[in-house]
Amino acid sequence: MRIINRRPGRLTALALGGAPFVALILTYAVASHYRRLENPSDKLLPSLESMGSAFWRMAFEPDRRSGELVLWADTYDSLWRLGVGIGVSTLFALVLGIAIGFIPHVRRSLAPFLATFSLIPPITILPILFIVFGLGEVSKIALIAIGTAPVMIRSTAQAVIDIPREMVIKAETLGASVWQMITRLVLPQVLPRLITAIRLGLVPAWIFLISAEAIASTSGLGYRIFLVRRYLAMDVILPYVAWIALLAFVIDRLLLVLSKRAFVWHHLEGDSL
Amino acid sequence: MTGAPLLSVQGLFKDYAGAPVLEHVSIEVDEGAFCTIVGASGCGKSTFLRILLSQERPSRGEILLNGAPLPDEPTPDRGIVFQRYSVFPHLTVSENLILAREFEEAPLTGRLYGPARARLRNEIEGLLERIGLSAAANRFPAQLSGGMQQRLAIAQALVKRPRVLLLDEPFGALDPGIRLDMHELLLGLWRERTMTVFMVTHDIREAFKLGTRLLVFDKVRHDPQEPSAYGATITYDLPTGEIAPEDLRKAEAIVNRVPPGTA
Ligand SMILES: Nc1ncnc2c1ncn2[C@@H]1O[C@H](COP(=O)(O)OP(=O)(O)OP(=O)(O)O)[C@@H](O)[C@H]1O
Ligand SMILES: [Mg+2]
Repeated sequence: MRIINRRPGRLTALALGGAPFVALILTYAVASHYRRLENPSDKLLPSLESMGSAFWRMAFEPDRRSGELVLWADTYDSLWRLGVGIGVSTLFALVLGIAIGFIPHVRRSLAPFLATFSLIPPITILPILFIVFGLGEVSKIALIAIGTAPVMIRSTAQAVIDIPREMVIKAETLGASVWQMITRLVLPQVLPRLITAIRLGLVPAWIFLISAEAIASTSGLGYRIFLVRRYLAMDVILPYVAWIALLAFVIDRLLLVLSKRAFVWHHLEGDSL
Repeated sequence: MTGAPLLSVQGLFKDYAGAPVLEHVSIEVDEGAFCTIVGASGCGKSTFLRILLSQERPSRGEILLNGAPLPDEPTPDRGIVFQRYSVFPHLTVSENLILAREFEEAPLTGRLYGPARARLRNEIEGLLERIGLSAAANRFPAQLSGGMQQRLAIAQALVKRPRVLLLDEPFGALDPGIRLDMHELLLGLWRERTMTVFMVTHDIREAFKLGTRLLVFDKVRHDPQEPSAYGATITYDLPTGEIAPEDLRKAEAIVNRVPPGTA
């Protein structure tokens, strides 16, 4: 049989999926081992054990100065900022995206502005945000929102435009007002696409979060990584990076499951990543 | 003829960016007629239907519905069934059918809950039975066969009791056997209600069987150098009861003609 028509079984799929991870860890372990043979106090590639114990210390031993469990406090602060930032841009995406996609006058007035605005690299706005909002939470959340909203608005608007014209016409012949078309046709059709937009928006959102925390913060995952960088504490940095990747992965999967549960009709045809 | 016609089209022209599609279309249709529309591919049948629906405006000409100018946008007095995308994929069969009534009763949200919703579901039970979808009431359109989807589309278009029903090749994608069932359903519904039907089809036999009146769209003027120089008009307007065999053959030839420039 041709390879495109052969489908892996459950176990094979699991093994195939796990293989790159195992390979990465093995390669690291070997490299680390040989480096430490030469220099037992090497900081660049710490052993898996020392990373494990550092991670354990961050997660379960109260910090000597603040008395906090550092990992969980950092995680909470970062996820809170990420959640509020993405929440704000989701709200913008819904309201502006539907208005732009559905109402020609709004589209003419906002689409060119949005296209221009989304070309500004968000990081260049960060100093402005710091000056205007200070170094507190607001400027970090604003960076995430400003950085992700334009793309999310545009993909939501496109999702509205992609609704077959026939359906809108049909709704009109069924006596729907514009508002009723939004609540019963546009919104339900767009929500699954909005979730996809959120999943894609989360990628840059993490970048903006870590950057903002690295530059001006006293807590959060990004703050911690850049703090311990001064001591070359790779045994903390590497587990933190893995932890962030895990968080991002879990959030992404949860959104996918939510979409499949809530919008059965949308997933009736085709595979999704 | 008694009284004013339900629909009157006078001197209709339609062009897209200067390219004429329809020209000199004039026709009067009485209430209760079943007009079937045939013509070569690309001659403007769908365009004519879209104009009757107010989805598009004529470039020139006047259309009166019930003596008044046609509204500027689609309204519930004209129902539509497209070949595709006619039903809402995010709603189940019964949700598709009660939607129009929800729009009426819940102006703000367009959605009813609890007992009010249950009452609407009861109301449409007869209709569900009629189109043979009772057992599939809670399925999504993607879980239905093509024939079931079109039965749902027809039923949905009738919920608002439109005076005019427009159908654009509604059975184009269906098997011959299933088409026969659909013909029965459509004719039955048409006889039960006072409703005027315009149906585009590529199947001339279907057009004769269903219609009381056959409209053939074709170009009367041809420019061999530039096939798109002229638009189509209604070249035959025949009552289907007393049709002569040669008319049938002519109409068939027009429908099956490959439009110049596409072969
Ligand atoms: N929005 C549009 N812009 C420009 N040209 C159009 C547009 N819609 C239709 N046309 C042109 O108008 C002509 C008639 O199109 P129409 O869809 O009405 O044909 P039809 O008779 O329904 O054909 P078919 O039998 O293949 O469905 C075609 O040549 C098409 O290219
Ligand atoms: Mg057509």
